[in-house]
Amino acid sequence: MSVKASAEGLDFYYGDFHALKNIKMPIYEKRVTALIGPSGCGKSTFLRCFNRMHDLYPGNRYRGEIRLLPDNVNLLDKAIDPIEVRMRLSMVFQKPNPFPKSIFENVAYGLRVRGVNKRAILEEKVEEALRDAALWNEVKDRLNEQAFNLSGGQQQRMCIARALATEPELLLFDEPTSALDPIATASIEELIAELKDKVSILIVTHNMQQAARVSDFTAYMYLGELIEYGWTDDIFVKPKNKQTEDYITGRFG
Amino acid sequence: MSQQDHLSKQYDSDLEDVRTRVLQMGGLVETQIMSAIECFATGNYDLMAKVAETDRRVNSYEVEIDDACAHVIARRQPAAGDLRLIMAVSKIVTDLERIGDEAEKISRASRQIYDRGRLQIPRSADVRQSANLAVAMLRRVLDAFARLDSVEAGQIIEQDATIDDEFRGIVRQLITFMMEDPRTISTALDIVWIAKAIERIGDHAKNIAEQIIYIVHGTDVRHTAFERHSPPGASE
Repeated sequence: MSVKASAEGLDFYYGDFHALKNIKMPIYEKRVTALIGPSGCGKSTFLRCFNRMHDLYPGNRYRGEIRLLPDNVNLLDKAIDPIEVRMRLSMVFQKPNPFPKSIFENVAYGLRVRGVNKRAILEEKVEEALRDAALWNEVKDRLNEQAFNLSGGQQQRMCIARALATEPELLLFDEPTSALDPIATASIEELIAELKDKVSILIVTHNMQQAARVSDFTAYMYLGELIEYGWTDDIFVKPKNKQTEDYITGRFG
Repeated sequence: MSQQDHLSKQYDSDLEDVRTRVLQMGGLVETQIMSAIECFATGNYDLMAKVAETDRRVNSYEVEIDDACAHVIARRQPAAGDLRLIMAVSKIVTDLERIGDEAEKISRASRQIYDRGRLQIPRSADVRQSANLAVAMLRRVLDAFARLDSVEAGQIIEQDATIDDEFRGIVRQLITFMMEDPRTISTALDIVWIAKAIERIGDHAKNIAEQIIYIVHGTDVRHTAFERHSPPGASE
């Protein structure tokens, strides 16, 4: 089992607010790591450090490192262009956010941005991504339709296909099923289980049972700190920390 | 173990209900054993009938409590300590029900002895002493469950060895007895079954103690040579 990415002494500030405190944690390769914790604990903040989303707003500061392997580069290094970082990682958001384009153009978007414009290659990669996202059979005959016509669950799978098309090394999910019904949720969870053979996954979820179902490793965060990290099985059956136990048993008060 | 309440008062109430019912079942089973030993000592036929009838109530408890556990799992998806509690309770009630069965066996074997009309009951005092030890062990383990006391549970596990030794001692003496007078064989065999039932009660009490350790520490000490000198969880 090898490490794909690693947060080392990571601090983050929204202006003066110290949002992440000395986070140190591994993201294992081809495994699912879940981030859980109550609202405001910093899990989404932490996730957005990976793809430098915080760069988009002034006043945000990173301290410490997030290293991406195998080349051991520090993603937070000011000398590194965030665009380059985002070429190696992809993110899927809570609310499906299809572009106002056709299904095909949505999934091909990232590839076009990278300069891929040979139709044959685009078609091949779009199909592969849609197959990986378990959406191909449902949309193969209507690739030129507007993505908005898809159902919520389908839109989200399309967003996953879009994220996969650029062959990311790390896939970031920010509460990917919060806006979906139970059946769509189950199909996304099933998809995540299949995807981890291909790509490492970091998922933020406020649904503890989801973390228990899909992840190999779980990190419990509270008020910007990493309280406990471990195998999901251990965290949910025998957590070491009382705060973790209180949160996952619903004693959090 | 968390002392704090769940955000859901109903959840707290559900778990409390399960715990209470286990203790009620335990109390009933304890009474069964004491009644059964009295049947052995006095040959009271009414009491024997009562033991048989009460066994049905013990069995009902097992069914009810297992059902309550299934409902907690379905409704609450318990995790960590709550999960271990529910898993352990399901096993504990099985052991309590088996103890109930053993008490009923003692009562029935006693009936066989008295039906035969033989008034001389060899090793009677030893058997009763062994039974008192088993009852005390059960009482202790139920108390340890109520308080989730894993240290006490550890001590109870060790105590089981004493009951095993007593059983072997009783059997050896009964064999001598049977060899001296073959007419006593039927009764002596009934007493061996009774002594065996008592030894099994001790085993079941030990199983319950192992479950208490699982609830508190998350360590499964079943089928291991349990070492009291290094209690589980100490290295954490």
